[in-house]
Amino acid sequence: MTYSYFPGCTLKTKGKDLDRYARISATALGFELDEIPQWQCCGAVYPMSKDEIGTRLSSVRALISAKEQGRELVTLCSACHHVIKRVNGDVRNDEQIRDKVNRYLKLDDAYSGETNVLHYLEVLRDRIGFAALKEKVTNPLTGMKIGAYYGCLLLRPGKEMGFDNPENPTILEDFIRAVGADPVIYAKRNECCGGYCTIENRNYAKKQVDGIMENAKAQGAQMLITACPLCMYNLKENATDGLEVKYFTELLAQALGLKEE
Amino acid sequence: MQRIGVFVCWCGSNIAATVDVEKVSQVLAQEPGVVFSTNYQYMCSQAGQEMIQQSIKEYGLTGVVVCSCSPRMHETTFRKTCEKAGINPHMVEIANIREQCSWIHKDKEVGTEKAIILGRAAIAKVHLNTPLTAGTSPVVKRALVIGGGIAGIQTALDIADAGFEVDIVEKQPTIGGKMTQIDKTFPTLDCAACILTPKMVDAAQNEKIHIYSYSEVESVKGFVGNFNVTIKKKARYVDEVKCTGCGLCTEKCPQKKVPNLFNLGLDNRRAIYIPFAQAVPKVATIDADYCTMLKSGKCGVCSKVCTAGAINYQQKDEFFEQQYGAIVVATGFNPIKLDKYDEFAYSQSPDVVTSLEFERLMNAAGPTGGTLLRPSDGEHPHTIVFVQCVGSRCDDEKGKPYCSKICCMYTAKHAMLCREKYPDTDVYVFYIDVRTPGKNFDEFYRRAVEEYGVHYIKGMVGKVVPQDGKLKVQASDLLGNRQLHIDADMVVLAAAIEPDETARPLATKLTASMDTNDFFTEAHPKLRPVESPTAGIFLSGACQGPKDIPETVAQASAAAAKVIGLLCKDNLTCNPCTAEPNELMCNGCSSCEKVCPYGAITYVDKEFRGPNRTTLIRRVAQVNPAVCQGCGACTVACPSGAMDLKGFSNQQIMAEVDAICR
Repeated sequence: MTYSYFPGCTLKTKGKDLDRYARISATALGFELDEIPQWQCCGAVYPMSKDEIGTRLSSVRALISAKEQGRELVTLCSACHHVIKRVNGDVRNDEQIRDKVNRYLKLDDAYSGETNVLHYLEVLRDRIGFAALKEKVTNPLTGMKIGAYYGCLLLRPGKEMGFDNPENPTILEDFIRAVGADPVIYAKRNECCGGYCTIENRNYAKKQVDGIMENAKAQGAQMLITACPLCMYNLKENATDGLEVKYFTELLAQALGLKEE
Repeated sequence: MQRIGVFVCWCGSNIAATVDVEKVSQVLAQEPGVVFSTNYQYMCSQAGQEMIQQSIKEYGLTGVVVCSCSPRMHETTFRKTCEKAGINPHMVEIANIREQCSWIHKDKEVGTEKAIILGRAAIAKVHLNTPLTAGTSPVVKRALVIGGGIAGIQTALDIADAGFEVDIVEKQPTIGGKMTQIDKTFPTLDCAACILTPKMVDAAQNEKIHIYSYSEVESVKGFVGNFNVTIKKKARYVDEVKCTGCGLCTEKCPQKKVPNLFNLGLDNRRAIYIPFAQAVPKVATIDADYCTMLKSGKCGVCSKVCTAGAINYQQKDEFFEQQYGAIVVATGFNPIKLDKYDEFAYSQSPDVVTSLEFERLMNAAGPTGGTLLRPSDGEHPHTIVFVQCVGSRCDDEKGKPYCSKICCMYTAKHAMLCREKYPDTDVYVFYIDVRTPGKNFDEFYRRAVEEYGVHYIKGMVGKVVPQDGKLKVQASDLLGNRQLHIDADMVVLAAAIEPDETARPLATKLTASMDTNDFFTEAHPKLRPVESPTAGIFLSGACQGPKDIPETVAQASAAAAKVIGLLCKDNLTCNPCTAEPNELMCNGCSSCEKVCPYGAITYVDKEFRGPNRTTLIRRVAQVNPAVCQGCGACTVACPSGAMDLKGFSNQQIMAEVDAICR
C-alpha cells in the first residue's frame, strides 16, 4: 500500500527523527510513504476567521496533489495534521470556502474535499492494526513505563479531527502496549504544552511544561513520547527537570529493530 | 345529493387579515351541493354556533363544512353543535384555513386562493360522508403502575384511595426508587427516608395495591380500558411468602465481594442481599451473577441458615397475564455515565464522585455511616469542589442539551450540609447559571451563599488532575476574569440526568411516543401534561422530564386523577372511524394483519356463493372495531384495495385530492 505523504517543514529541519524513523518503520510494516511533489507549508496555523483563504490554500494544494495521485494523504506532524485535516473538512462542508478555493486556484477539476487525510498513527491503528504491529515487534520494550503526551492539536476539536476521544484518548497508549512497553496514564497528557507562547511568555510555557512533567513523573512515567515537533521542542527546552522525550516513531523503529544504536 | 352549508370563520383577524373571507364564502357558494354559505367573526362563539344550528333547520342541511382553525381545536365543538341540530356528527368537515393557511401566508391573494381550495376539498369529502355511530367498550377497573419510585408509589396510593385495584411493577428488589438513596431533601432539609418509608409501608399495607418487585413488563396488548399485560417475575431464588426478612442469610453468605449497587459500588455486600433495612417487600434476593451456588453448585450456606426454608435455587422466571384499564409510566431517571468526561478524572480518582455518590457518603445508612470521608484514604476532606452542569446544557453529543433542573438545588444542599457539619471545610461551587425557580428555592440558595459561606464561582472547571494525594482543580472565574487553581480533597460532579434505560423499550411496547432525549412525550405540553398521546397511557414523574420531588409528587397525583377519571367509567365510547374490509375484494393475504399495530385484524373462513350454485370457502379479513384505532395502516397495505377506513375511505380522500387539483 502506498500513501501520499506530507512531511511538512519541521520534519526537514528540527524534526528529522520524526520523519526518518517513520519512513523506515513504514517499509518494515509493508507500506510506503510517497512524498508529494513540490509540497509547500501547510499554512502553519489553522485560521479561525471564516473568510481567511490564503492560509487554507496552502493545505488545499497538498490535498489536491494527493487526489491527483488517487491516494490517501498521510501526515506526521501534529500541527500539519491539524491544519490539513480541518481545511479539508472546511472544503468538504462549507460551501463558501469551497467556492472561493476553487476560484482562486482556477482548477480544471474542482476540489471538494475528496482526499482522505490520515495521521501516521491512524495508519498504524486502522490499517496495519496494533495487534499485527505487535507481531512484527522484534525488540519489545518490555518494562519501560512510558507516558503518552498528546498535546492539544492532535485531538481537538474532537468532532473535526475524528481521531480519538479528546478527554480520554487511547491511541498512543495502545501503541505503547503494541511495542511491548507499559503506558502510564496521567491527567495532563492532553493539556497544552504552552508551545505557542514560548517566545512571548517563556515563563508561562515553563510553568505548563513543569506541570506536565511533574504529573507524569508522579504517575511513574520514565519517558514521554509525542507526535508533535513543537511539543518536543518545548518539553525539552523549557523543562526545569524533565523526563526524556522521544518521537513515537523513534520508539516504533526501536521496537522493530531498525534503530541503529 | 347532499345539501351542504359552508361557514367561514374570521377568527377575529387571525384568518380575516390574510384571507378574504367574504370572497371565500361567495366562491364556495357556487360549489355543487352548497345551498348556503356565509362568514362570521367568531364561528365558535355561542352566536356562531346558533347560526349554524339555525341554518341547518332553515335550509334542511345534510352536511356542514366549517372553514376555521385546526380540527384539533374545534372539530368536537362543531360536531356537537350539529348533532344538537339533528345532523350526524360525522357529516361535519373542518377546512383548516388558519394554521394551514392564514398563519403561514402573508399575501392575502394567495391566502384567499388557498382557503378556497381547502374549502372545496372539504365540500368534496362531505358529499361522500355517511353517518357513523360509535360503539362502546367496557373498562377494566384496574390500573398498572410501571416503576415503584416516589412517582409510582404516589400514583398507586391515590388510585387505591379512590377504590380501584392497582399493581406496581418494579424492576428492583424493593420499591422506593432514587429517593431511598437520598439523604436530605431541599429546600426544607428533612430526611428523605423519614418522608418516603412511611409511604412505602402504606403502599405495601394497602389492600388495593399489589407490589410486584423484581419484575418487569414483558409485553402489552390491547387498548385503552382493556390492556392485556404480561408481567415477568424475575427469579430471586427466594420464596417471597416464606422469607421473613430476618437477614441472617445476608450475614452468613461467604461471597463478600459484591459491589453494593444501593451505595453505588462505594462498598460491598453479599451475593444474597436485602438492599436496605426499610426495603419493601423486605425479602432477600440472590444476585445470580455472584452466587457461588448458582454458578458452580457448591455452597448452599444461605439455604442452611434460613430457618424459614425460603431459599430455592431452582426458582425460574415466572410470567403471568393481567388485564388493566389504564397504565401509568413512572420509570424515572438515572445520572448519566461519566466516561466521556475524563477531564474531571472521574475514572482516575476515587475522590471524584457524582452527586448521588456524595448523597450516600453523607447518609447515616451509607458506607461511612454518615461521616463524610474521602473514599481513597478515609480522611476528612477539607476542601471540596462542586462542579455543576456536568453533561447538562451541553451543545455537543457528549452530553444532554437540556437543563437537568435538580442539580442547582441539590448542589446548594450538599454545599450547605458540608459547611454545617464540618465548618472547617472550604466549599466551592462552579456554575454556569444558578437556576432556582421554585417555592423557597432561591431563598435556600442564598442561605448557602450568605449564611453558610459557600464560595459560588461563575465559571467551569477545565481539568482535575489527581496528584500527590490531592485533586488539582483548574478552573475559570468568569466574573473575576482569572484562572483559578484549587488543591481539593474531593470533587463532586453534578451529572446530568437521563431517562432510565428501560424507558425506550417500554415505550415501544406501549406504542407511546418519546422525544429525542428518550423522555416520554405528553399529549399536549401545556394542557395535557400527564397523558401520553396514546390513549390510556399516563405519565408520572421524571420519565416525562427532569423533576424534583415536589413536582414529581404533584404530577403523580395528577396522573392518578386522570386514571381515576377513566376507571370511573363503565364503558368508553369507541372511535367510529375504524377500518372495514370489503369481503368480496379481500384475498386473505394477511398484509393488513401484519401491519396492524393494535392486533385488531383476524381472519375467518367464510362461505361465498360461487358460479353455478356452488359454494366457496374463502379466507377473509375481519376487524374488531373495539380494538381498531383507525390509524389506516391496513388501508395502505392492502394490495387489492379491500380495506377502507370509515370516515376516511379511499374514495373520500381521492375526492379531496381531485378537488384540490381541479
